[in-house]
Amino acid sequence: MSIRESLLALLAAGPRHGYQLRGEFEAATGGVWPLNVGQVYTTLERLERDGLVAGGEPDAEGRRLFALTPAGRAAIDGFMRTPGGRDAPSRDGLMMKVLIAVAAPGVDALEVIGAERSSRMAALQERRRGAREAGLNGDLAPRLALDALVALTESELRWLDLCEERILAAARTSPDTPEES
Amino acid sequence: MSAVLCMHDVRRRYGAGATEVVALDGVSLTVAAGEFVAIMGPSGSGKSTLLNMAGGLDHPTSGEVLVDGTDLALLDPAGLAAVRRRSIGFVFQEFNLVPQLTAEENVMLPMELDGTSVKAARRAAREALAAVDLDGRWRRFPDDLSGGEQQRVAIARAMTGDRRLILADEPTGALDTTTGEAVAELIAGYAADGGAVVLVTHEPRIASFADRIVWLRDGRVVDEVDARHGARVTR
Repeated sequence: MSIRESLLALLAAGPRHGYQLRGEFEAATGGVWPLNVGQVYTTLERLERDGLVAGGEPDAEGRRLFALTPAGRAAIDGFMRTPGGRDAPSRDGLMMKVLIAVAAPGVDALEVIGAERSSRMAALQERRRGAREAGLNGDLAPRLALDALVALTESELRWLDLCEERILAAARTSPDTPEES
Repeated sequence: MSAVLCMHDVRRRYGAGATEVVALDGVSLTVAAGEFVAIMGPSGSGKSTLLNMAGGLDHPTSGEVLVDGTDLALLDPAGLAAVRRRSIGFVFQEFNLVPQLTAEENVMLPMELDGTSVKAARRAAREALAAVDLDGRWRRFPDDLSGGEQQRVAIARAMTGDRRLILADEPTGALDTTTGEAVAELIAGYAADGGAVVLVTHEPRIASFADRIVWLRDGRVVDEVDARHGARVTR
């Protein structure tokens, strides 16, 4: 979900100024993606250009109030009703790095996996503690955001373990690998 | 820091010749008082063998295992059984409680076997059950307790007496995520209070409660992370 759709969704609650949207965005996402107010206004201007929001006249302080248009409401309703999950994974992620490490000559893929695993385990510990603290403080949004990061890190760790197992199994059966004498 | 568990160059082979299996291939591991170490690795990597060696349930083909400074190889079966009762607490995936005994009696059992008076054992058991948030449930039978509660009884049993080492084999394997985390937290608390813990798990989330995480592969330690500093220990 992009910032564009997030702002549309937040505007469903009623007209907002840009700075209000920024605060609501950060509260809703547990502070995981800090947003500068410039990004908010740029996005709102594009949404206005596309007819999805309507901006009012600037007030005495030069601030404009933005509201969802019927087309904007239809766009966000459609987006929320359409499930995702089948997008291609991000190319700058772990998956690409490990796959290229396996394919590239002169790279020890198991070493890459070991290093990635270590740093992720430390991250998992930090995020799990953060999620627990957020839970104790009763902060739902940061808790859910950290839960998601914990689950993501966990699944990356499981995948790295699986990669290691598969690489070793492949090396055992590969005819290219000289038998140890 | 004093080492509660010290394994030095431990090897374990099963069988011989063509059918020989090397379960552990020169593993060294030291666990100090107050330290919680998690062991990870694929099935067949030697995790359970390592735990069995540490607990004196199996003996190395070569190498040394010392618990509280005592070389387990020098003990006769009775001496080994005494070390297992007095110095080591075991926690298993399936809790291993005696179904005919109450929570309290389960915790008291190893102490009574070791000659502690019923009165003293009862007092220690109640303290331990209170420490795992089970006060008031002393008289419950395992069947009347949830999985998480049963595992907490097993942890209480493992913690009582003068034991300084807990060996846990997939202790959260039969529990849901939240209950598993609560159990991991109890185990981490035991280490924070000065106990030593070795825990085998395949769950990264549970391993993340440990101070150190050690990865085994084909009976060897291939990686180690000191989670307290986020640093990878090169082997």
